Amino acid sequence: MERIPILKMGDYLLVSIQIDMHDKLAMELKNDLAEKISKTSAKGVLIDISALEIVDSFIGRMLGSMSEISKVLGAETVIVGMQPAVAITLVELGLSLKGIHTALNVEKGIKLLDELVKLQ
Amino acid sequence: MDENTTGKETVITLRETNDIVNARQYARKLAVELGFNILDQTKIVTAISELARNTVIWGKGGKAIFEIIKKGNKSGLRATFTDRGPGIPDVEKALEDGYTSGGGLGLGLGGAKRLMDEFEIESEIGKGTTVTVAKYK
Repeated sequence: MERIPILKMGDYLLVSIQIDMHDKLAMELKNDLAEKISKTSAKGVLIDISALEIVDSFIGRMLGSMSEISKVLGAETVIVGMQPAVAITLVELGLSLKGIHTALNVEKGIKLLDELVKLQ
Repeated sequence: MDENTTGKETVITLRETNDIVNARQYARKLAVELGFNILDQTKIVTAISELARNTVIWGKGGKAIFEIIKKGNKSGLRATFTDRGPGIPDVEKALEDGYTSGGGLGLGLGGAKRLMDEFEIESEIGKGTTVTVAKYK
């Protein structure tokens, strides 16, 4: 069965979404991530969406709830790599991704995570 | 919307959430074929995804019909979503951001309208809903 892998890098977890996500896969990722955070006591989560061709309201909501769940479990989340066309479309759609940290790329995302974790 | 269609129609069945991906992928293929730029492709596919989800979740299933259309010398893509679900009691309200019949963020209809060039909705309580959207090059 297809699954989105969650990699551990020190205190952080790295999720790279490389396929067009159907709803069930998104729900599974949400559950897998919560379990992995709890198992590894990760302090931060980096979600790379550079391969995502769209973010509709469902995926946007899913990213938001993953970030909230992580927070409750003691981990900060940064979403990285959103394509410019996706960003423009998202705003026009009316989705603001309020409360979600974003960064341009993985490198900047890690830096932001370092800062957020320091503030904890 | 009375422009000429080119005659070719493609029907995508929308019964379960996995079918939303089919609608998205077909919309992308058509948008690429028509030569839309990457931003317009993204807008089209996102709008199609929202409307397909509405059909599956609120409409209890239905279908999407895709067509290549012409308006003057412009070509475009049209998608018609039909369901035989419960219908929308207040269409005006359903187009407002933040409106939701439960569970969602209520961005689907209003958002899809903003992303496309044309948007029409017809809904009858107990009979179902038809949403038609189009975008031109």
